[in-house]
Amino acid sequence: MDLEFSPEDLAFRDEVRAFIAENYPAELRGKQDEGDELSKEDFLSWHKVLAKKGWVAPAWPVEYGGTGWTATQRYIWSEETARADCIRLMPFGLSMVGPVIYTFGTPEQKARFLPRILSGEDWWCQGYSEPGSGSDLASLRTKAVRDGDHYVVNGQKTWTTMAQHADWGFFLVRTDPDAKQQEGISFLLVDMKTPGIEVRPIITLGGEHEVNEVWLEDVRVPVENRVYEENKGWTCAKFLLAHERTGIAGVAASKRGIEKVKTIARAEMDGDKPLIANAFFKRKIAELEMDLTALEFTELRSLAGESAGKGPGPESSLLKIKGSEIQQRLTELTLEAVGHYGAPYFRGFGEGDNEHPIGPDYAHRAAPTYFNTRKTTIYGGSNEIQRNIIAKMVLGL
Amino acid sequence: MDFSYTETQGMLRDTLARFLADTYDFETRKKMLLRPEGRDPGIWQALATELSILGAPFAEEHGGLGGGALENMIMMEELGKVIAVEPYLQTVVIGGGAMKRAPAAMADAVIPEIIAGNAVIAWAYAEPQGRYDLANIRTTAKADGAGFVLSGHKAVVYAAPWATHLLVTARTGGSQREREGVELFLIDASLPGIVRRDYPCVDGFQASEVYFENVAIPGDAHIPGGIDLIELLADEATMAICGEACGVSRKLHEGTLDYIKQRKQFGQPIGKFQVLQHRMADIFIEVEQIASMALMGTLKLDLPSDERKAAVSLAKAKVARSINFVGQNAIQTHGGIGITVELAIGHYFKRGTMIENQFGSADFHLGRFEDLTLAA
Repeated sequence: MDLEFSPEDLAFRDEVRAFIAENYPAELRGKQDEGDELSKEDFLSWHKVLAKKGWVAPAWPVEYGGTGWTATQRYIWSEETARADCIRLMPFGLSMVGPVIYTFGTPEQKARFLPRILSGEDWWCQGYSEPGSGSDLASLRTKAVRDGDHYVVNGQKTWTTMAQHADWGFFLVRTDPDAKQQEGISFLLVDMKTPGIEVRPIITLGGEHEVNEVWLEDVRVPVENRVYEENKGWTCAKFLLAHERTGIAGVAASKRGIEKVKTIARAEMDGDKPLIANAFFKRKIAELEMDLTALEFTELRSLAGESAGKGPGPESSLLKIKGSEIQQRLTELTLEAVGHYGAPYFRGFGEGDNEHPIGPDYAHRAAPTYFNTRKTTIYGGSNEIQRNIIAKMVLGL
Repeated sequence: MDFSYTETQGMLRDTLARFLADTYDFETRKKMLLRPEGRDPGIWQALATELSILGAPFAEEHGGLGGGALENMIMMEELGKVIAVEPYLQTVVIGGGAMKRAPAAMADAVIPEIIAGNAVIAWAYAEPQGRYDLANIRTTAKADGAGFVLSGHKAVVYAAPWATHLLVTARTGGSQREREGVELFLIDASLPGIVRRDYPCVDGFQASEVYFENVAIPGDAHIPGGIDLIELLADEATMAICGEACGVSRKLHEGTLDYIKQRKQFGQPIGKFQVLQHRMADIFIEVEQIASMALMGTLKLDLPSDERKAAVSLAKAKVARSINFVGQNAIQTHGGIGITVELAIGHYFKRGTMIENQFGSADFHLGRFEDLTLAA
């Protein structure tokens, strides 16, 4: 047991730090500082820099394009990217379907899809939830009927994040209506340009367009785009959800978030002192750091288990629950810190709109972000479901 | 002891509730917010002329219905149930409250205009550096002949884009955080030198940054009473939004209860799951406590100032904590659909969130309560 970084690790940290400083896209940095909405190109600009360097998928096995970093190096990487306030890469290809494909896919599927995920050529979205199937995902009804070399897919998906930009989607569909719920599901890779797919925006409380409904009408999907066996898609789905949950802890980003709250609390005045000198507010920050540190070391213990060969198991539900609660608490403290200037609604800069937002820069997305971040305890398997998983899978209840 | 409402108060509530049920459904409200002015001014006119209820808290000699803070609470609760974006708080509760304590000439001129729906008043009290301290003021009112000259910047002035009058706090003397020298003025909103930057707020209201650039105002714009009067008005406003919180939280509770009875997962309504049943019970408990604290604080508004402040602060701190719990759990229980603009529930959550810190956060009010009552 050793908390200290080795000289090699420290050298790696310096290398990472220098790389970010020299290569993080300046335009993207500017937009982030202004609180501007990010376009598809913005998201991809950092992705492409990393792809070129070979650092875009540290968690992948080396044979598929991973970095071969140790767990410590991966930890350093996530620390440093958060510290430098780098945007989070879109997870749908890199953290979700990519691992499913290299774990369950055919050699042809691996060759066809993995390089394009790494390069950023294909933007992926996730077709899981349906209007009637949220927490009870296995009740999904979108059906795929075999017709020669194709499946014909009909149904509706929802909460499909960034589907408006997607080239490909991975969809859970029912291929055997008579089987027990989990046993009749298959995992399909769908070209989003296929006729019969319609993407409709869902606007969320902060005014954002992040999520969508995806309607599928007689969408023809080649059978070769099914991952793993027919009716065994639930295996892929569960594997993916467990992977999704580990990333979801967001420890490094929350650390960065706490630093931002401190910066705001130092800038905001409370009488003749900065807000950070207010004993009540200071205590709230301290309590959050306490919770985050507990989460961080829980995640490190879990990662250590992973490098020892144990895949992410049901205990990753713990990381999801605590991580999402901390992310929400951060936005709550931010909104509290900005005081009156939490109220003005600022959408971001439109084309040709050069008007400066109301109040300090750090204030104008505080309320929308607070509203939007309510999603973290709902998505990726709601926290209620995560507690069910712990009760059932860990505690044996 | 008697907690029952009078027949007149009951009628006031029913009249307003019926009117709002007909005119302020969620879809109609959405359309109001999309209008250039961000509201439907016809609603305010109807409250004044068709329902004749803007006079609820005013004395009969001014053409009012003879009520007071309880009537304001009733009105605010009903307005909260439809998350109305009407300037009742600013115009009637705060502006009207100031007029009740204003010199007779001003009161006689302005109160009938409020009741008639012609006057809309916005309260320009907050400043960028001031947080919730009403005396933390840089805006100055310098004596100039018989009048004053106003200079300064007021932050997030709700209802200012619609206002005919601005009720302004400014310094005639003293340093930035001194209680002495803070005074109240009612001025015409269209005076030369008043510059506004208007914007929508996250809860659907309209507000402005208001800049006074050497605005010449007449001497009789001054309402004597200083910081004591300003604190009284803020306390009355605080209790009014606690009443609003009562309406908002009842709808959050009601909407969520309906939802868990209808929404089915795992082959049954999710309301059958014990974890959600307990959560709904907790939401119910918090809503009832909001109602209790709204009433408690409102009934204590007439006490001597230190007792009044202590009561209002306890009420607001509890309401802030409770509506935070109710709103967050209403959204969580809805799941993803609660975060979209499609459902009303999210809009109640947004207004509830703004109520949390309006006129002081839970920390601010607990601090004020401690200062007043928990000396070592």
